[in-house]
Amino acid sequence: MSYKGRFRVWRGDAAGGALADYTVEVNDGEVVLDVLHRLQATQAPDLAVRWNCKAGKCGSCSAEINGRPRLLCMTRMSVFAPTDVVTVTPMRTFPVLRDLVTDVSFNYAKAREVPSFTPPADLAPGEYRMAQVDVERSQEFRKCIECFLCQDTCHVVRDHDENKEAFAGPRFLMRIAELEMHPLDVADRVPAAQDEHGLGRCNITKCCTEVCPEGIKITDNALIPMKERVADRRYDPLVWLGRTISRRRD
Amino acid sequence: MTEIERHDYDVLVIGAGGAGLRAAIEARERGLRTAIVCKSLFGKAHTVMAEGGCAAAMGNVNEHDSWQVHFRDTMRGGKFLNNWRMAELHAKEAPDRVWELETYGALFDRTADGRISQRHFGGHTYPRLAHVGDRTGLELLRTMQQRIVALQQADHAATGDYEARLRVFAECTVTELLTDPAGAGGHAPIAGAFGYWRESGRHVLFSAPAVVLATGGIGKSFQVTSNSWEYTGDGHALALRAGASLVDMEFVQFHPTGMVWPPSVKGILVTEGVRGDGGVLRNSDGDRFMFGYVPDVFKGQYAQTEDEADRWYDDQENNRRTPDLLPRDEVARAINTEVKEGRGSPHGGVYLDIASRMPAEEIKRRLPSMYHQFKELADVDITAEPMEVGPTCHYVMGGIEVDPDTGQSRVPGLFAAGECAGGMHGSNRLGGNSLSDLLVFGRRAGLGAADYVTGLERRPAIREADVETAAAMTLAPFEAHPAAAGENPYTLHADLQRVMNDLVGIIRTEAEMVAALDRLAELRARVHDVVVEGHRQYNPGWHLALDLRNMLMVSEAVASSALLRTESRGGHTREDHPGLDPQWRHRVLVTHCVDASEAGAGAVVPRTAVEAAERVPMRADLLALFDLPELEKYYTAPELAGHPGRGSRQGGTP
Ligand SMILES: Cc1cc2nc3c(=O)[nH]c(=O)nc-3n(C[C@H](O)[C@H](O)[C@H](O)COP(=O)(O)OP(=O)(O)OC[C@H]3O[C@@H](n4cnc5c(N)ncnc54)[C@H](O)[C@@H]3O)c2cc1C
Ligand code: SF4
Ligand code: SF4
Ligand code: FES
Repeated sequence: MSYKGRFRVWRGDAAGGALADYTVEVNDGEVVLDVLHRLQATQAPDLAVRWNCKAGKCGSCSAEINGRPRLLCMTRMSVFAPTDVVTVTPMRTFPVLRDLVTDVSFNYAKAREVPSFTPPADLAPGEYRMAQVDVERSQEFRKCIECFLCQDTCHVVRDHDENKEAFAGPRFLMRIAELEMHPLDVADRVPAAQDEHGLGRCNITKCCTEVCPEGIKITDNALIPMKERVADRRYDPLVWLGRTISRRRD
Repeated sequence: MTEIERHDYDVLVIGAGGAGLRAAIEARERGLRTAIVCKSLFGKAHTVMAEGGCAAAMGNVNEHDSWQVHFRDTMRGGKFLNNWRMAELHAKEAPDRVWELETYGALFDRTADGRISQRHFGGHTYPRLAHVGDRTGLELLRTMQQRIVALQQADHAATGDYEARLRVFAECTVTELLTDPAGAGGHAPIAGAFGYWRESGRHVLFSAPAVVLATGGIGKSFQVTSNSWEYTGDGHALALRAGASLVDMEFVQFHPTGMVWPPSVKGILVTEGVRGDGGVLRNSDGDRFMFGYVPDVFKGQYAQTEDEADRWYDDQENNRRTPDLLPRDEVARAINTEVKEGRGSPHGGVYLDIASRMPAEEIKRRLPSMYHQFKELADVDITAEPMEVGPTCHYVMGGIEVDPDTGQSRVPGLFAAGECAGGMHGSNRLGGNSLSDLLVFGRRAGLGAADYVTGLERRPAIREADVETAAAMTLAPFEAHPAAAGENPYTLHADLQRVMNDLVGIIRTEAEMVAALDRLAELRARVHDVVVEGHRQYNPGWHLALDLRNMLMVSEAVASSALLRTESRGGHTREDHPGLDPQWRHRVLVTHCVDASEAGAGAVVPRTAVEAAERVPMRADLLALFDLPELEKYYTAPELAGHPGRGSRQGGTP
């Protein structure tokens, strides 16, 4: 089955832009990215759009479809009626470079601010022993494809550029949780999560979880447990002491 | 001419996949100022797509595994065409490279006793692939990306600048390598590289005495492929134009199981892990057809009945493995034959069934991305119904000819590692052997580059004339072509993909290769008239126009090599020469650029030529790891004269 689909695609750059209307062929089984590629090949050869894998694995093709943050390569045309107008705009939280491509350098800057994995000094390569149940918690977060849709959707920074400096965003707060839950990591990032990375600004609305294409339970499994760790530390130094002691033993 | 952005580094790594990142980590850890350049964002390279695992004979699941067994499997998978020294280094060093990743923070799936778990894959005798569900490449790439960040944090602590000694230039494409003809005698050494920022379209020049190519593969020249847009053979073509050579370009791996429906996802990979974990192939009659396709060279190594094959998953000591797990070339050809003979599925593939083989929850746990991929893209629930699969262009075994130990090409200062380097996998790569290859040879290339730079007496210089030529070449597509109507780069690309798919695919003939070379000549002429619309800022039409130069060069190398090799072996099947020919085993086809010296000045797509050369004979102690009867299937008699088995079997007669 094939039909003429109606699309509105944001065209422009940092100086400004507007939605442009296109009518383009849509075939059975296609995703939005297929249609944008057809647009490039037939009507708009210089339409800028990021993509790599076209299989939902690299997190390059993030944009907003009818206002919702999504991967262009994992949004099937079958979720729309042939009569719908499909509107595609760039992620709103990041500065636009051109058309659907935004400047996501914010995320790379935040990634650098989280202290890296710190291995135990007394284990040589090959000596690491960890139980599957213990690695699974961090493994869930390591499914992250860095599409930055959660960063795009979080209201702390969406339309609030002024908060960007003090807020790492769900993706990198989750990175902190991942390292904190790593069975062998020896660093402590709990106070910094609150004081430097802005964990306190998250009010657990779960919008990030809703848009995550990997289905990671960002809020429930990463952010809330981190908040609990912060709370434990803040109000009960003994809890903190107890935790570090039991950690060294196991 | 406007001022060009310039940078100076000790080592320039082109490519931010597994090989490039591992090379950069090594060069930086050796104290050299290192830059990484890549076409996409940092962390998006093709390596993230790898699913099944990373092969390393750690022996965590089966203690009988060892580097010798891994070496033998690799050589068998490549039908004894592999560069044996690379296969040796790879098998010996892969475990250390995997364990090292754990010290960077990687979290692989675990065995019951807490070690790294290992899974079965085609052609590997024992469960050998370290994995994380079916997203192993993501774990590998993210781990090394985070290791780079850790090194940058250390530099920040020491100097106040994250990028003092290691910088990533993302969304930046290299279009030409620059050499210094006034350098040492023989080949002109590498002096740097020229490219453009995708975002702004502005030019950028890197001066560096050592360049490591880690640009990945060539699959985007084919219509049905598991590869992303980045796979335009840039490193292969850059190396040729700089005076280096390629080997084994006729060997292109078609992965047996790509998605076949819906059309827009045709080619997307279905991991071999599905079969490694118990999935089986069936034709439209419901038959497990692979039992009928075990070739002579593998007779006796695979199960002959379904019962034995099924018992093997639990008891590998007393049963032989299922032929569903034959090396990829065998399975791809078998599927091709089933479909041709009318036993295919409705959309032109065969069935891959895991639903009937294990509980739904188990499938979701072991193969989460496959479950997701089929559900989201094809409306197929793989826990309830079989998948439809067929061959897809996946990997190029051929690549830049390098010294196995250092990764250096014929051009001094030019190194290569990963998929763009040749030799390691022979005529066919085993699954899982690429991720380990990236780690082992990425590190070695980084080390080789570091040693080379440290030993240099004089830093090679860039010639301004070369820079101007390279700049003019990138801007040509914006110029008006009064004579011709102007070619659309997207149309040209689609035409190229069709030629390679239809004529240089899984099954080849002399007539098809000749036709392909004719068609490629037409495309080379048309690419001169490519015209792009718009301006230089993030313009994908322009980017594609420039990539086409590389695709056309590499495609000619593939087709010419495929024409010359008159036998069938691994990723090269000639319908008109169906058998293995021992006289071809010891010969290697080497591609070079015909007019390398004028490449920049003259043609948009310089011509390539292919010549046969002799392979270096395998070291005696390695050859002795194989039994004589097996070797006799591949080698000529004189080559085996020195084998220890020879004396005892033939009583000393020559
Ligand atoms: C779907 C899929 C699944 C796979 N699964 C497995 C598996 O389970 N196990 C396994 O061992 N192998 C697997 N492979 C193969 C393996 O993933 C690849 O061979 C390997 O990742 C290649 O890594 P690389 O470092 O050589 O290059 P890549 O990871 O492809 O990186 C290439 C880099 O070079 C850059 N680049 C290219 N050209 C230029 C240029 N002109 N200028 C600047 N930068 C450039 C790119 O931007 C990119 O950063 C799989 C492949 C695919 C496609
Ligand atoms: S849960 Fe927290 S991080 Fe996630 S979107 Fe809401 S406020 Fe942002
Ligand atoms: S957590 Fe999910 S939404 Fe956020 S960047 Fe990672 S994959 Fe994307
Ligand atoms: S292109 Fe990779 S996630 Fe969409």
